[in-house]
Order: sequence, then C-alpha cells, then structure tokens
Amino acid sequence: MLTLQHLSKSYVAGVPVLQDVNLDIAARGITAIIGPSGTGKSTLIRCINRLIEPTQGAILFDGTDVARLSGAGLRHARRHIGMVFQEYNLVERLTVMENLLSGRLGYVSAWRAWRRKFPPADIRRAFELLDVVGLTGFANQRADALSGGQRQRVGIARAVMQEPKLLLADEPTSSLDPKTSVEIMQLLADIARSREIPVLINMHDVELAKRFADRVVGMSGGRIVFDGPPGDLDDGKLKVIYGGEGWLH
Amino acid sequence: MASTPTAMQSPVAAREWRRFTSAQRLARFAVYLVMTAAIVASLQTIEIIPEFLADAPEQVVDLLSRMWPVDWAHYPGTVHEALVETLNIASLGTLLALVLALPVGILAAHNLVPSTPINLLAKLVLVSSRSVNSLVWALLFVGIFGPGPLAGTLAIAFRSIGFVGKLCGEALEEAHAGPIEALTAAGASWTSRLTFGYWPQVKPAFWSIALFRWDINVRESAVLGLVGAGGIGMALDAALNLFQWDRVAVILIAIFAVVVIAEVVVTQLRKRVI
Amino acid sequence: MRAATDLPAPLDNPFRSSVWPRIAGVALLVYVVWACAQMDISWARVEIGLENAAHFFSRLFPPNFTRWEILVKGLLESLQIAVLASALGIVLALPIGLCASRNLMPAWASWPARFLIVTARSFHPVIVAIVFVKAVGFGALAGVLALTVASIGFIGKLFTEAIEEISLKQVEAVRATGAPFASVLGFGVLPQVFSRFIGFATYQLDSNLRNSTMVGIVGAGGIGGTLFAAFQRFDYDFVCAILLSIIAIIMAGELMATAVRRIFIGNATFADLWRRGRAAPKLQPLQDD
Repeated sequence: MLTLQHLSKSYVAGVPVLQDVNLDIAARGITAIIGPSGTGKSTLIRCINRLIEPTQGAILFDGTDVARLSGAGLRHARRHIGMVFQEYNLVERLTVMENLLSGRLGYVSAWRAWRRKFPPADIRRAFELLDVVGLTGFANQRADALSGGQRQRVGIARAVMQEPKLLLADEPTSSLDPKTSVEIMQLLADIARSREIPVLINMHDVELAKRFADRVVGMSGGRIVFDGPPGDLDDGKLKVIYGGEGWLH
Repeated sequence: MASTPTAMQSPVAAREWRRFTSAQRLARFAVYLVMTAAIVASLQTIEIIPEFLADAPEQVVDLLSRMWPVDWAHYPGTVHEALVETLNIASLGTLLALVLALPVGILAAHNLVPSTPINLLAKLVLVSSRSVNSLVWALLFVGIFGPGPLAGTLAIAFRSIGFVGKLCGEALEEAHAGPIEALTAAGASWTSRLTFGYWPQVKPAFWSIALFRWDINVRESAVLGLVGAGGIGMALDAALNLFQWDRVAVILIAIFAVVVIAEVVVTQLRKRVI
Repeated sequence: MRAATDLPAPLDNPFRSSVWPRIAGVALLVYVVWACAQMDISWARVEIGLENAAHFFSRLFPPNFTRWEILVKGLLESLQIAVLASALGIVLALPIGLCASRNLMPAWASWPARFLIVTARSFHPVIVAIVFVKAVGFGALAGVLALTVASIGFIGKLFTEAIEEISLKQVEAVRATGAPFASVLGFGVLPQVFSRFIGFATYQLDSNLRNSTMVGIVGAGGIGGTLFAAFQRFDYDFVCAILLSIIAIIMAGELMATAVRRIFIGNATFADLWRRGRAAPKLQPLQDD
C-alpha cells in the first residue's frame, strides 16, 4: 500500500531530520510510530502527503511516487490520504457539517464548494459519520464551540469523509486527557477495522501504542531503530529508542 | 454526548442540511439584490463622456511629460514652509482634539456617567463630528476665521473629536470593573476612581488612538489648503491654477514622503510606547 | 492621595511618576507655543473669529431648499460615485490584498502588491481626484476612479493584515484533503477573515459616501462642486441645506452598513433586525476613517 524508500529530509542543509527511512506499510492494521520528541516523527508523517517536502527518496503510494507529483496529480493523491492532526486543525468558524464536507473538497469543484452545494450522497454520509463518531445532532454547531475530544472526533470524521485508502494521524491524542485519548484511539482502531484501511499514527504514549497498534516503529535521531509487533517492545528496545533508562519503571 | 433526542436521528427530513435557514438566506439575498440593483442603476445613469475616456491615455502621457523634469528648485522656500505648516496643523489639531474629546468620551461612557440622556447627547456630538468631512469643517472655519492655518487646525481638531472620543469612550466602557470596585469599596471619589482606576487601564489605548489619528491627520491636512485652510494644499492649489505641473510633481512627492515617514514613525512609536 | 508624599520613603509611593512624562509634557507645551507663533495663531484672532461666528451661523439658518433640483442631482451623483467606487474598489482590492499577504504568497507577488497598496493609501482621495480630473476630464468618472484607488488602499491593507493573522493550521488541514487552491481559499482562508472583511467593506462604503461628497471640490463630480460654489458665493443658507442633506445620507448609510454587518456576521434575519436588544457584532477598531 505505502512504501517509503530512502526518505530523507533536512530543513537546513547538512542537518538531516530524517535519514534514509525505509518503511513498508501493509494494506491493513494500525502502525504506531514512537520515539523521543524532535526525532522526525511528525516530519515523516507530513512528508507522506507532502505537507512537508522531502529532500530525497520515494513515497510509493498505490503504485505512484507521491514525491514526484505536483499540481492536480498531488491533489488526487492527497484526497486518498486522510489526515488527523494533533490540534484538530478544524476550521473554527465553520460548522461541524462544513468541516466534514471539507473532506470532500478534492472531489467537488470549487464553484460548488463555495456555494455549499455538495452532492446529497456526501451530506448523507456526513450525517452517518456523525453518528459513528458520536456527534449526532452537532451538524450545525460551530467548530469553536466544541470540546477537545469532540473536535478530534470531527477531525477524524473529516478525514474519513475523504474515503481514504490510508489514514495518517499526527499525535492525535497529545492534546487530550487520558480517558478521551483512549476513546479517540478506540475510534481510530474501529475505523481501521471496519473500513479495512491502514492507519499510520505517530504518538509519544508508549502504553497507548502497545495497546492499540498492530505494529510499532521506533525512531531515534531521524532513523528507524525498531520495527516489530508491540509484544517485542521490551525495556531493552525502549532504551534503544529513547536512550537512558532512569525513566523506565 | 450522544444523548440527543431520537427524533433528531431518524426522519429523513431532519437530515437535510442547509447552511442557513430560509429566513437568513432571504436576508442575504436581499442584500445581494440591493447591491446589484444599486450598481446597475449607477452604471446606467452616471454621466460619463466617452470622448474624455478615449482621450485618457493621451492625457496621462501629457501629464507625465509636463511633470518631468520635476522642479526641485521650487522645494526649498515655498514647499518646505508649507510642508512644515501642514505638520503643525496636523499636530496642533490632534492635540486640541485630544483635549476636547476626552471629556466627551467620558460623558459617553455609561459606566462612568450612568445617565442615558447624557450618554446619548455625548454620542450625538461625536457622531456629528465624524459625519462632517474635514474639508467641510475647513470650509466652515474659513468662513468664520478667514483663510489660513487657524481654520485648518480647528478643522482637523473638530473632525478628530468624533474619532478619538468614540474610541476612548469604548475603551472606558471595556475597562475591567475589578480595580474600580476595589477603589469604590475603599471610598475613593469619582475623580480618583477616574485617575487611578480607569486611566491606567485605558492609557495604552488612548496613546494608540492619538498616534493613529495623528497619522490620519497628516494625510488630511495636506488637502485642507485646497479650500484655503493653510498647509501644503495651498501651494498645490496655486501650482494647479497656474498649470505648473512640474511644481505639482514636487509637491506630490513631498506629500508622499511625509505621509510615509509619518506612518513609519507611528509604527515605531507604537512598538516602543505600547 | 496627596498624603502619600508625606511618607518618609518616596519610593513606596505607587503613583510616583517617572521624570520622562514630565519632560515630554514640557516639550509638548513648548512646541504648542512655537507652532502657534509660527502659524500666527493668537487669542486675538480667535476672538475676532468668534464675533464672526455668530453672524456666520445666523446666515446658515434657516436652510434654503428652494434649489432642491440641483441638490438632488448632486447627491444622486455622489451616491453613484460611492456605489461604483466601492464595488470596483472591493473587487480589485481582494486579489491585490491576497497577493500582498506574505504568509500565502511568495515574495515576488507580495512586494509589488504591497507597494501598490502603500501608494494608493498615501494620497488623500481629493488629491488623487486632481490627477484623474486631468486624465479623464471633469465629472463623475474622475471621482469614481479616485475613490476606487482609495478603496484599494484601505481594503487592501486591512485584508492583507487579516490574512496574515489567520491560523495556517486550518489551511493546512484543508490542503491535506486534496482541495484545489480555490477551495482552500474558500474553506480554509475565507471563513477566518470573512467577518472582518464585511466589517471593513461596509466601513469603506461609508467612507466613500463621505468622500464622494467632497471630490467635487476639485471638479470630480458629485455634490461637492455645488457645495464649494455655494460657499464661494456666500450662499450660506443653501450651504446649510446641502450639509444637512449630506449628514442625513451618511447616517442612513451607517444604518444600512450596520444591517449588512448583522446579516452577514451575525446571521440575522429581517425579523432579528427589527427586534431590539441583539446588538450589532462588534467591529475591531479600524485604523482609518
């Protein structure tokens, strides 16, 4: 489904944030990327849909190299990649429904979008998704009137509206309390299972990663230093990823 | 959070989505309609002479050729003095406006003067000051005091009262009640509540408003001379009447320079002071 | 509070002001005296003026509406100038303001646009009108063009500032859905700046209305020419009639602007507009007027 080959990124020449990352994401399941802050997890996720331009390497998604796309080609690739953000990134002044429908912008012409004339099928799906994420009846609320957990549910619903073939989530629970974090992770897991799509999540909560992921990728210093099932993630491996050991136990 | 009434969930009718209710859409539609009608009506009735329009490019070229070379020699005596006079009109006018506007602004603030008739009266004064263009104020004061910078200064001041007074009044009304309640509880008089409760809170806003207005007034005072109220506009008027376009050019450049400098000064001061 | 000065340690006085404000105050006073002397402003002149004032005001009243046909014609032309200049100005200012915003546009697009806006803002509309009168002749067209330039300067500047303050995270999220640029603008940018845009667009219509009554002084159409001529003929009761009409129109314009703001920002319906109590949405203070 998604293959990263020799992916590198440096914001400043000579100071690489990502170094020669190679990763193969299967067509199903949740992959969690863990690692210390500033190790390039976010950069990696954002390179996949080119919100950040990679310096080198290939991003093979569904048979095409996203890194080489531009213009309409890139937009077409992006609409198959849903993204959930740490700070939800909802358009605050739009209603919940408009935020959901913005997931369809890649499919609807700008002229129709500006006049809010979305196909009835999109609107029906948006209502169904609101039920799925537990926000029935919130369609006409403005996004800035919602709580953090509710906003993240809207963020997830917006990504799912794209009917993505791949779901990316950049620290989706870092701004939420522990209980809501588990709920949001459960929601992402349910969606991954019911829609049969791969989900790539970067997170810094190791326990959550172990609990929900089918596969864990550990990063350190811009490189992948661990890749395996969550069961293999013992103290020794965590030491390799995060360094030191005083923080364990 | 899913505790919404079940009635909302199932019926198909309830699941239709419209961004606005039909009443809201009607109101918006009415605004669009009025706007379109006004534009169409204006386009159809406005008097435009096609020959003049066709002639325009030629006239612009002619204008530029008359302006060039710019008559720099004209600057040292006449234009420089007029420019300084313009700045004096703007500054004195702003100062006078601050002095006159503060009491009116206070009278307009309901939390300071809790009397609705007085508030409304003060607001009426502020609205009339703003409704009359500075050029009209200048015409009035030229009629009273005769031509010259005195009329210009007063025009700038009277035009600015509304702006300064309105914004000061709003700043006063938005002041936090906490410190004022504390002073009232301590038995402070009305004046000390004003000096020690309100003034520290609105001081940054006040100076910011004053600087803004000064910046605007520098622009406005440049044209007052066209109606005889002093400043560089008088030099501009004289040059225009004699078709001395090379002198007009030097005056326009001088105005441009002083306006840009004023804006830079205001931006810098705002960063430092506030 | 005077008692505080009697305390032994003056540092404990919380209201003790530093020296600088006093120095600034004295400097300001010196400046005022100097400037008044420079410009020949003295109390004697003010006194003479005040005597004139009574005479002047007695001649303003009662307003003389007998030449109402000229009055109505001039006012209508002013209205036309204001409407067309606002429409044209807004239509042109939006793309220019968007180009000038440094967070969405590259430097090669933003610098020329910013220069254009600064130039348009620097000159008073009446001065711009002088140039246009020379270019396209006397009449309303020069007024329309002059006020269009003014509108581009004002709306362009504020629109640019509004866009530069938006949250790019919201834009990024819309971009990530694969939306084309126009939809990113419509869903990511516009909602964040819309209410402010309505605020200064209605404000500009107001301001154009005021200025359209003035550009006539230099021959650019509207009631201004009639007003200036009446002044020069000492036809003060007609002047009064013109001024009263202008004020009435401007106030009507302000009422309409408030209604538009409530409809577009507050989502008000006509029923809401008649109802009292719900205040108009508060505007951010504007730096110009």
